[in-house]
Amino acid sequence: MNRIEDTFKRLKAENKKAFIPYIMAGDPDLEKTMEHVMLLAECGADIIELGVPFSDPLADGPTIQRAAERALKAGVTLKKIIPFVKKLRQHTQVPIVLMTYYNPVFKYGEDAFIKDSVDAGIDGVIIPDLPPEEGEDFIKLSRDANFSTIFLIAPTSTKERIRQIVSACSGFVYYVSITGITGSKLTLEETFKSRIASVKKSTDKPIAVGFGVSTPEDAKRVSQIADGVIVGSAIVKKFYEHPVGAMEFIEKLREAIG
Amino acid sequence: MWRITIKKQPDKKGYFGQYGGRFVPETLMPALQELEAAYSKAQKDKSFQMELKHLQAAYIGRPTPLYFAKRLTKHLGGAKIYLKREDLAHTGAHKINNALGQALLAKKMGKKRLIAETGAGQHGVATATGASLVGLECEIYMGSEDVQRQSLNVFRMKLLGAKVNEVTIGSRTLKDAINEALRDWTTNVRTTHYVMGTVFGPHPFPILVRDFQSIIGREAKKQIIKAEGKLPDYLIACVGGGSNAIGLFYEFLNDAVKMVGVEAGGRGIETGEHAARFAGGSIGVFQGCKSYLLQDDDGNVLGTHSVSAGLDYASIGPEHPYLRDMKRVRYTYATDSEALSAFELLSETEGIIPALESAHAIAEAVKLAPKLSKNKIIMINLSGRGDKDVQQVARIKGIEL
Ligand SMILES: Cc1ncc(COP(=O)(O)O)c(C=O)c1O
Repeated sequence: MNRIEDTFKRLKAENKKAFIPYIMAGDPDLEKTMEHVMLLAECGADIIELGVPFSDPLADGPTIQRAAERALKAGVTLKKIIPFVKKLRQHTQVPIVLMTYYNPVFKYGEDAFIKDSVDAGIDGVIIPDLPPEEGEDFIKLSRDANFSTIFLIAPTSTKERIRQIVSACSGFVYYVSITGITGSKLTLEETFKSRIASVKKSTDKPIAVGFGVSTPEDAKRVSQIADGVIVGSAIVKKFYEHPVGAMEFIEKLREAIG
Repeated sequence: MWRITIKKQPDKKGYFGQYGGRFVPETLMPALQELEAAYSKAQKDKSFQMELKHLQAAYIGRPTPLYFAKRLTKHLGGAKIYLKREDLAHTGAHKINNALGQALLAKKMGKKRLIAETGAGQHGVATATGASLVGLECEIYMGSEDVQRQSLNVFRMKLLGAKVNEVTIGSRTLKDAINEALRDWTTNVRTTHYVMGTVFGPHPFPILVRDFQSIIGREAKKQIIKAEGKLPDYLIACVGGGSNAIGLFYEFLNDAVKMVGVEAGGRGIETGEHAARFAGGSIGVFQGCKSYLLQDDDGNVLGTHSVSAGLDYASIGPEHPYLRDMKRVRYTYATDSEALSAFELLSETEGIIPALESAHAIAEAVKLAPKLSKNKIIMINLSGRGDKDVQQVARIKGIEL
C-alpha cells in the first residue's frame, strides 16, 4: 500500500474526487514552498504535485516557465528538493508527487533518484518528456521500490498507446485535457467525455485530468468525469500575483471538485 | 579497418549506440510515429522521389560544384583543398536540402502549416522557401539575440511570406527557439509539421535530416573521383546540430577517409563561453534525444556562446557522439577569433565569403593543411555563404556601414 493508493481508496469510499494542486518548488524560495504546501494541505489538497525547476521546460506555458526561472534563480534544484520533502514529512503526510523533466533525473541517476525519493517520503513522479517506451528500466526500478510512476495520456494518444501507458502507470493515470502546453485555455474537445470513458475501460487505476484547468467552474466540469482534478498554472499564478487571495481561491477549487 | 557497421544505425527506437531515442511529451508521440510511417512510405514512393530529384536539380541547383581552392592551397602550403560549394545552393546554405524534403513530405501528409526553429536564420529562410514552393503556411521561431545578429535573414523570411516569432525567454538563442517551436507543435500537431533543421531531436528526425542531407557526400564522392581519380584523405565540416557534417560524411563512413567535425570554441573552452559539447559537455537528454549536452551538475542546460548563431547550441545530433565513440570522426573546435580570421582569409584568397559557421571548418583546415604533404586532399564542406554575416563582422571590427 502507499499514500496515493490509500488516498484514492478513501476518496472513493467517501464518494469524493481528488484535488491535486501543482506548485513549483522553490518559487520564490523553499521557505515559501513549505508554507504553500501546508496551506494546500489544510485546504484539502489530496495529493500535491511539486514541480522541479528546469532550464528548458518545453511542455510548459509562460506561467510555469517563469516560476521555474524564479526557482532556479533561488538556486533550487532536485538535489535540494528531495531533502526538502524529507523535512516536510515532519509536518504533513499528504501524498507528494514530483513533476520533473527527465534530464535532472538522468543526471541524478535513476537508481539514486528513486532510492533517495522514497527515503524522503516522496510518493511518485511525473516525467512529461519520458514516454513509457523510454522508461522501461525506470518503471521496473520504481515498481521494486513501491514508487509510483505516473505517465500522461494526451488527446492525440492512440488506443494502442493508451493501453501501453495505463499499464506503465501506478498511483494514477494523468490525462492531459488539451492538445497543448500547461496554462493554455481549457477547451474540452467534444470527445473528452468519451475518451475518458474509453480510458476507464482499459484500466481500474484512478484517472486525474490536468492542463488548462484554471477556474472552479473548469474544475467542477472535469471532476464530474474524472477521479481527480489537477490545477497548476492557475495556482502558481495566484501565489505569485495575489498571494492574499490564494487561500480563498484554493478553497473554492476544493469545493467545486467535491 | 573502416569496415564497421555504422550504416546500420540507428536501431528501431532511433538509437545510435546509446544516443538518440524519443524523449517528448505524449502529445507528440503519435505525430512522430505518423512521421516515421509517412517517411518510410515516401522512401519507396517513386513519384515522391522523382519530384524530390527534380527539385534538387531545377530548384536548388544541384549538384553543387566541388571547387579546388588553388590560392588557399598555395597560401597554406600543404594538402590540396577542395570546397564542396553548398553556399551555391538556392537560399545560400545546405539547409534547403532538408527543408525542401520535409516540406514535400509534409504536403504529402496533408499538413497545412510548417513551423521551424532557426539560429543563423538559414534554416528559417529554407523552410519559408519550402513552404512557399509547395503552398503551406509558415511560422518561424528565432531567439531575439539571433534576430539581432542575423537581421538580414529575418527580413528574407518575411519576404517569403513567413511569420517570424521572436523568442524572448531563456538565453534567447537557438535552444529557446526550439523550445517554443516544440510548444507550438504540441498545440497544433494535428495540422502542423515541425521542420527540424538539423540531425537532432526525437527519432525519426535525425535520420530524416541525414537522409535529405547525404546527397552532399554522394555528389562530392563522384566529383572528387572525377577530379583526382581518388578519394580525399580528410573531410572537414563544422558541427552545430551536425547536419552539414553528417551530410558530407555519411557516404564516406566505410571508406578510408579521415573525418573532422569542428564545433564552436567561442571565447575559449576555459572561459565557459563556447558551444564545444565534446570538450565541455556530458551525456544528457535534451529536446527529444539523448546526446552530449552542455549542462550543470543538476542537469540544467548551460548558456552557450559562439560568434556564429548556427553553431551556438548546447547539444549535438546523436549520431555524432556515436561516431566519436566508434573513433570514426575526430571532433575539435575553432574559436571565434580563429573563425573570423578564416572568414577573411577565404574571402581574400578565393573571393568566397563563407558563412561564419563554415568559417569554423576553414579554420581547422588552416591548422591541418600545412602539416600534410602536397599530395594529400582535404575536402571542406562550405555549408553556407556569408552574406548574412557581413553586418555582424563589420560590427565586431568596429566598422560602421
Ligand atoms: C551555413 C550553416 N552552416 C552550418 C550550420 C550548422 O548546422 P548543422 O551543424 O546542422 O549543419 C548552420 C546552421 O544554422 C548554417 O546556417
